[in-house]
Amino acid sequence: MNILTGNDLKTGDVIWWTGLDWSRFVKDATDVGDKGEAILHREEAARRVNSPYIISAEQTDDGPRPGHIKDRVRALGPTVRPDLTLKPADPSAGEWVI
Amino acid sequence: MYQYDQYDQKMVDTRVEEFRDQVKRRLAGDLTEDQFKPLRLMNGLYLQLHAYMLRVAVPYGTLSSKQMRMLAHIARKYDRDYGHFTTRQNIQYNWIKLEDAPDILADLASVEMHAIQTSGNCIRNISSDQFAGATADEIADPRPWAEILRQWSSFHPEFSYLPRKFKFAVIASDTDRAAMRLHDIGIQLVHNDAGELGAKFFVGGGMGRTPMIAPEIRDFVPADELISYAEACLRVYNRYGRRDNKYKARIKILVHELGQEEYTRQVEEEFAHMKQLGLNPPVEELARITQYFQDPPFDKQASVDIDLSDPDFALWVDQNISAHKQPGYAIATISLKPRGGIPGDASSAQIDLMADLAEQYSFDELRVTHSQNIVLPHVKKSDLYAIWQRLDEAGLAPANLDLITDSIACPGLDYCSLANARSIPLAQKISERFADLGRQRELGELKLKISGCINACGHHHAGHIGILGVDRKGTENYQLLLGGSGAEDASLAKITGPGFTEDGVIDAIETVTDLYLEQREEGERFIDTYRRVGMARFKEAIYG
Amino acid sequence: MGNTIRFRDDEVHEEPAVALDSFLDQSNATAVRIEAGEDARVLLPYLDRLSLIEIDFPVFGDGRGYSAAQILRESGYTGELRASGDVLLDQCAHMRRCGFDAFSPDSPINPQLMEEAISRYEHVYQATSDQRKPIWSIRHG
Repeated sequence: MNILTGNDLKTGDVIWWTGLDWSRFVKDATDVGDKGEAILHREEAARRVNSPYIISAEQTDDGPRPGHIKDRVRALGPTVRPDLTLKPADPSAGEWVI
Repeated sequence: MYQYDQYDQKMVDTRVEEFRDQVKRRLAGDLTEDQFKPLRLMNGLYLQLHAYMLRVAVPYGTLSSKQMRMLAHIARKYDRDYGHFTTRQNIQYNWIKLEDAPDILADLASVEMHAIQTSGNCIRNISSDQFAGATADEIADPRPWAEILRQWSSFHPEFSYLPRKFKFAVIASDTDRAAMRLHDIGIQLVHNDAGELGAKFFVGGGMGRTPMIAPEIRDFVPADELISYAEACLRVYNRYGRRDNKYKARIKILVHELGQEEYTRQVEEEFAHMKQLGLNPPVEELARITQYFQDPPFDKQASVDIDLSDPDFALWVDQNISAHKQPGYAIATISLKPRGGIPGDASSAQIDLMADLAEQYSFDELRVTHSQNIVLPHVKKSDLYAIWQRLDEAGLAPANLDLITDSIACPGLDYCSLANARSIPLAQKISERFADLGRQRELGELKLKISGCINACGHHHAGHIGILGVDRKGTENYQLLLGGSGAEDASLAKITGPGFTEDGVIDAIETVTDLYLEQREEGERFIDTYRRVGMARFKEAIYG
Repeated sequence: MGNTIRFRDDEVHEEPAVALDSFLDQSNATAVRIEAGEDARVLLPYLDRLSLIEIDFPVFGDGRGYSAAQILRESGYTGELRASGDVLLDQCAHMRRCGFDAFSPDSPINPQLMEEAISRYEHVYQATSDQRKPIWSIRHG
């Protein structure tokens, strides 16, 4: 599947395209098929996202899992600071990244 | 240390307002990201992996307690309660909101600080010797010269859109604690035959994907021609540095491609022209700035003895204390490399504590080192125990300066959008594997440097042992390098052979340190043994 | 010339600027245009008869034109020095300091905003060809 990601222009937060809006959680990301370019141009022009790009991901039971480790680090947070990730209560969350 | 006058203050205040306006225009859509990017970078604001990152300049690594406290305040108020000290003596914050950036810059300006030119293709923060003004082995304090360069390079209209970034280091000692020859321009202060102080210029050093040690291009530039000579070096680069390929755009490539002699000839020709233009501040300006770097009022009666009855304290003193030029005083390095910790990171509470200690014991002064540690430059020997106790309570007393666990590590893939592999977990695991302090001390001085990509922010080329993280088909892989040095015996490390997994590279490090222990001769450091024995022997031990 | 913003009082030069190669071939042109990679120093013998030199910025990040401008001014050129191409609001102040006194940007710039951008900094740290007094000079009279 193809999903869209970028950063929130004002806050810099990593965000994912849900089909309607942007979410901080990769599990909300939706498959954009071949519509990615059009959506990201529109959303960037509207300043709802900064520096968006399309990535390939794998659909899993836990939701989309980005194909590249870099985007998995973005999706979770720094593996060396579990307290600062989106899953601070889950000490094994880092394993999803590797 | 240097204090702003009304003009310096006005410059940074104006910069804050200019950037506030630029951010407003970006948020309003008057600037595209492509147009805004160089503007924010010129103020140290990156878009990183998780958020915006702000890099704050610490000119020549010198800070007052008040400035240090402001760094803690920014961590608490605008970020996630910590900061990361960098190899260019700066600090960076990883979780900044664009809309907060102008307010942060305003807070910084209130304590004579800024983020000007901490990124972008311009002249970056001027780095220097962290022991400047405190060590006995320097011929002068290099920081007034660095401050002259700081002012000259700030908002330089001709050199703000160079082919690539541009880094200066200034030292004044034969001992190089600032990796001077791995900078675009390295300056060493020297005396000429007439006993005058001047600058020896080394141009075209750097790390990155094509590491080079800067050759000397001029043995003496007088104080009152410093700026015109620097301008000549920069103008030749700005005109002829490559702009067709980002990876070949640093000045080291120009110097290499032209040849050191031809580059020098062009610089001298430009210099002959520029000397006539009145570009240099008068010697009174250097004298004015030097006034701010006078020795603090040392206690001439200070005791030269240290009570070493506490064995843990004694280890710290032996490892982390360096000789001071003033009897009864010492230079104390606070290691930001605790076991299992993140090299260079400090919490706001730790930053505040270091500020307090500097205020109470070190004439209000701190330094950031290129090895990502903090220095209290002027402490009485009799105060060391009290300082150590407070550091120890805060987890700031690892006695590992210059040992294998005092590693440099770039942020790597945990934070950096350029990285190919994580660096920090490797540094952490190495600090666990070599946790035994006795073992570390047995290995002695060993500079271990880790980069998460070929850009070499972790200085792996300059490590006695260097590690380069690469992406091998989507998984992290680590190459091992040996034989580099960023010090006065500068050399570039060489890759041993095929890469390793994370655990594999730590095993390989253990293999090479074991071989060192077996092969070393009396008084040899790891690097000395490596240089004597040669790569082949180490390779054989690693790969069989 | 509709988009050109000038900081000069003399008459606008009507003759179009010719490319450097053509200029060097023909002796009577009084306006020349140089591209980013071209050496401004080849113009030094002709400065007296030139009344317009246009320096092109192919992309705003290509800073060679700043050095070209400085070299021309340092060598005594007093005619119009025009920046053209990818010239953006936030670059104009630096360009002025390097001796540009006319701007012909690909995308029009509001003249009032340009004026504000150029006059934003009351003081400067360096001596350049705009002859502004650097801070060190103010400090020491």
